[in-house]
This record gives sequence, C-alpha cells and structure tokens, in this order.
Amino acid sequence: MTFARRAFIVVWKDLLVERRSKETLNALLFFSLLLLFLFQFALGSDRERLTSALPGLLWLGFILSGLLALGRTFIAERENDCWDALLLTPGDKSAIYLGKLAGNLLLMLAVEAILVGLFVVFLNLDIARALPGLALVAGLGTLGLASVGTLFAAMTAHVRARELLFPVLLLPIQIPVLLGAVKATEAILLGEPLGAVAHWLKLLTAADVIYLTVGVLTFDAILEG
Amino acid sequence: MSRLLGWLTAAGLVAGIVMGFGVAPREVTQGNVQRIMYLHVPSVWVAYLAFTVVFVASIVYLARRAEAADRIAHASAEVGVLFTAVTIASGSIWGKPTWGTWWTWDARLTSVAILFVMYLGYLLLRGMIEDRERAARYSAVLGIIAALDLPLIHFSVYWWRTLHQPPSIVKPGAATMPSVILAALLVNFAAFTLLYAYFLHTRVRLLRREQEAMA
Amino acid sequence: MGNSLIQVTGLSKAFGMHRVLDGVELEVHGGSAVALLGPNGAGKTCLLRILATLSRPSRGSVTVAGHDCVREPERVRRSVGLVAHGAYVYEDLSAIENLRFWTTLAGLPWRADAGHRALVDVELERFATERVRTFSAGMKRRLALARFVLARPTVLLLDEPFAGLDQRAKKWLEEYLEAFKAGGGAILMATHSFGRELRVADRIAILTAGRIALDTARAALSHDDVQRLYALHTEEAS
Repeated sequence: MTFARRAFIVVWKDLLVERRSKETLNALLFFSLLLLFLFQFALGSDRERLTSALPGLLWLGFILSGLLALGRTFIAERENDCWDALLLTPGDKSAIYLGKLAGNLLLMLAVEAILVGLFVVFLNLDIARALPGLALVAGLGTLGLASVGTLFAAMTAHVRARELLFPVLLLPIQIPVLLGAVKATEAILLGEPLGAVAHWLKLLTAADVIYLTVGVLTFDAILEG
Repeated sequence: MSRLLGWLTAAGLVAGIVMGFGVAPREVTQGNVQRIMYLHVPSVWVAYLAFTVVFVASIVYLARRAEAADRIAHASAEVGVLFTAVTIASGSIWGKPTWGTWWTWDARLTSVAILFVMYLGYLLLRGMIEDRERAARYSAVLGIIAALDLPLIHFSVYWWRTLHQPPSIVKPGAATMPSVILAALLVNFAAFTLLYAYFLHTRVRLLRREQEAMA
Repeated sequence: MGNSLIQVTGLSKAFGMHRVLDGVELEVHGGSAVALLGPNGAGKTCLLRILATLSRPSRGSVTVAGHDCVREPERVRRSVGLVAHGAYVYEDLSAIENLRFWTTLAGLPWRADAGHRALVDVELERFATERVRTFSAGMKRRLALARFVLARPTVLLLDEPFAGLDQRAKKWLEEYLEAFKAGGGAILMATHSFGRELRVADRIAILTAGRIALDTARAALSHDDVQRLYALHTEEAS
C-alpha cells in the first residue's frame, strides 16, 4: 500500500509541476501540429498517399513526440537539483520508476489522442469503427515506448550529450514495438478484426511485460549514486 | 593460457580455411563466391554468442558487483560488435553477385543490422560515462534489455518480411546440406569460437591491466 | 555522551587515478557535534556523500546509526538527514506541497496538520502556501530541515550549513542544531570557514590531503587556537 502511495505521490508532484510551469504539454501539442505540417510538406498534398502511409506516419509522430516527452522525464529533478534527494529517500526506488512511467504515459497518450484528432481533421478520415482497436494498439505500443524510455531517461540524465545519446539508445530497442504497432494499426485501419493481428498484439504485450519487469528490477541500480 | 589459446585458434583457423576453400566443393550456381558462407555464418553465430555472454555477465555484475563480470561484458560487447560488422560486410559482399544488390531488407540481415546498432549504442554509452562504476551499472542494464530484445526483434522482423510479402530470398546453398559442406561449416564454427575466446581473453586481460594501473 | 552513531575506519575513495580520501578515521557520538574543517578540495563533501550513501567507498568501512553504508544503505537512509549544496526542493511547489511530497515518498504517513506544525517549528508557517521559488536561501534551508522534523533522523550531515544565511537565520540554525544534539542526535558539519559551526561543535577534525590530520575536543581551544592549528596542518600538507 505504501508502495502505491509513493508511486502516486510522484505522479501527483509531476502533474502539479507541469500544471504550474505549463512547459511540456503545450509545447508537445504544438509540436504535434507542426509534425502534421511537416509530413504534409514532405510527402506532398496527395491525400491518397498520406492516407495510405497513415499507420507509419501516426507512429512516426507518436515516436517523435514521445522522444521529446520521455527525454524530459527527470528535468524537474535536474533543474531543482533534487536528484540526490530522490536517491536519499528511503524505500523501494521502483515506486519512483512506476510513478514517472505513469506520468509519461498520461502525457504521451494525451498527445497521441490530439495527433490522431489532427490527422482525422486534416485528412478527412472516418475511423470511428477503428477507434477501440486503435486505442488498444496505441496503449500497448506507448507502454512499450515509455517503459524503456523512462529507464533510459534516468540513465542518460547525467551523461554529457544526453539529447543525442537518449534517442540513439532507445530507438534500436524499440524497433519490435514500432513494427508491431504499425502493422497492427495498418490492419485495424483497413477494418480487419483484432484476431487477425493477434500475433502482433501478443508480441507487444510480451515486450511490455519484459520491459516493465526489467525497469522495475533495475531502476534502483540506475538511480544509485 | 593465452598462448595455448592462441595456438589452438591459429590451428582452428587454418583448418577452417582449408576446409572452406579447399575441401568443400565449389557450389554449382554461384561459384566460389559461395565460400563466403564459411565466414559469414560462423561470424553471426559468434556474434550471438558474444551478446549472450554480455547478457549473462551483465546479470552477474548487477547481482554481485564483481568487476571481473563487468570486464567480460565490456570485452564481449566489443568482440561481438566486431563479428557483427564482419557478418554484415560478408553478407553484403556475398549478396552483390548473387542477389544483385548490396543490401536487402531480408529478415536475417535486418535483425543483424539492428543488433549492430544496439551494441554500438552500448559501447557509445560506455564511452560517454567517465565514472567506471556508473558505466558498469548502466551498461549492465542496457546489456540485459538489449539481449532480451533479441527474440522480439527476431519475431517482429520475420513477420514483417514474410506475412505480406512473397517469401524472401532463401539463403543460397542452405537447402540441402551435403556432409562435406556441413563438416566445413562446423570446423569453421569451432575455429571462430576459439577466435572469439582468444579475443575475449586478451581484451579482458588488457582491461584488467588498465584498471590496475589506475588504482 | 551517547553511543557511536558514525564510525569511519580506513576510508579511501579514488576517482580514477585521483585519490580524494586516503585512510580516514572518524567517530561521532550521539548528542555531540563534530566540525570537519578543511580547505576546498580536501574531500569534505566526498566524505559526507559517502556517509549519506550517495557514493561508495573504494576501501574501508563506514557505519552510520549502526548500519553499514555499503551493505545496508536503505537502513542508513532512514536514519540520516543530509543538508548540502543541492536545494532538495521543487521550486514550482509550495512549502507545504514539498513537505508532503518528500514525507510521503519516504514512506512516512502524511497529515496536513503535522506538516503545518513542522513548518511552525522552522518558522515558515506564514509561507506554507507560497511557491518555493520566492524563498531566500535561508528559507530553503529551513524547509529542508522541516523535512527532518517529520522524518526524525538520528544523524545530521551538513555541508557548509551557515553559508549564505543572514544573521537571524544563523542564530535560528544554531539553536536548531543545539536542540538536535540535546535530543541525542549526532551532527557532522563540513566547512572551510570558522563560523558558527565552531560554536555548535564539541570536537574539531581537520581534513587535509585525504586524511584526518587532527581530531580534538573543541572546549579548550580559543578561536585563534583553532585558526592556528588549521593553518599549521593545512600548510604541512601542501
């Protein structure tokens, strides 16, 4: 019970800091809009082309904004010089990991929802029936991204050139999640039933379980001075 | 110890070359280019062996904080990256005359390419952290995640390539395996494993001397 | 004098080729305070960090509040409070919110009235709902100490505790530390100046070139004595 309270207080604190400083969410939302423009300009205005590339574009958008969000996981600790204090607090450090992870998930899912909305508007899509499946895949894929991303954010927090090292380390590891998520999204948008992509969903779930387990077990070793 | 290992390795490599270039038959459709298989396939085997060692050594390090485990992980990653590069290069050289292209997103090649980038990242992480103890801890975590990712990569890439595409190009020469070719492959497997052990041993010793000099 | 709450034996710490601490021996008992004097770079901060379990020794043994710092860091963390260069407060949160966060994260029960009482103890009650961003250095230090009113450590480790404080805050801190001692806790203060730390201290230890050059009772020494001894020992080393 204390573990849950401690994880929750981390989420509470991060949400509070975000609400007061208003830095991250607003910038990420704006970034999503810009991404949409970028895709449009890079691929041309042919709506057919963009729609057929939609699964890939969606997940490119999710990953790019996800990288930005995840990279900032410990920015409050860095700026306020609280890193040591986190380490000094007695208790299982993995509660901090899960709290930070939950915060990242909330942030990333919010941005993803907005991005999907923007795509629907700009490309005049009708994806109402695909939404539940899409939500499931987005949830599984984002969990995979965030679970490793939160861990690596802690790892690179004190390294020089962390903005470069963080994506370099994270992206290769995330390729299975990316492949699975894109393929599953593609099928769902084409109207296929979830059963058709069961193997991808199982892969995503397995990845999530593996990453979460490693994260919970090793976060302590990362945080340690 | 290392001298014995060195001689065994040299002997193994000689045997491997003899088997691969002399004893094994010339392949019918591809010609002598196919002999690169005796370099390419054992290399990828050793690469996976090396990264398995990184995985185990990383776990041991986190559990025991034994510096020897960290040195083994570090050295094995370096040797593994080397053999992965050899795998990719030899695969590419093999591919150009036989498939007509330097590169293709074949499932196996793609997996190996991802492997290469992941462990390059591992070495990059090590290089960027000055505190030795922290570098050891962080790379151990990365080594564990990267290794656990391998089966996920294998499956996802394989499904990516085969479920919506026509079957990708089958590795030439792998369909039926006459015993001579198999024997040549096995000899080379053994030789390359010895080579891996030799490199690993030498590198670990070098790392230990470096660390002792600093203490 | 209470039992031994800090025991350092044969402590060495090296970063690569550079040996910062080289065979440190130190002991601090409950109900007493030790002032650790030394020039910048002598290793005072490093020693404090090891005692706080933020860093591991290269060699030697360190025991705080009866637990080994390397083998049982969690137990040590429950009993230790560190006040050092890091502010350890989130600027965007208010004083009471910071207190709630750190207290809950430490696994302690949180009740708003207990939190407010802690703020009263450190004379910050008026600013309970103000953002910490607006606080002075002295106020931030008091907030850091407010955490310990609730967490109740038995050992306090302080790095330059009186630096950057105005006269009122210094007087307040001196009284706080005396009360802490009276409650049976042990205090180790690192400093490179001869300020109020000396008033609170029962013993003086001089750390230079990685080892304790002098460890003596403070009572018999005058301020000038201390300065002379300090100059003597730090000159010897350089």
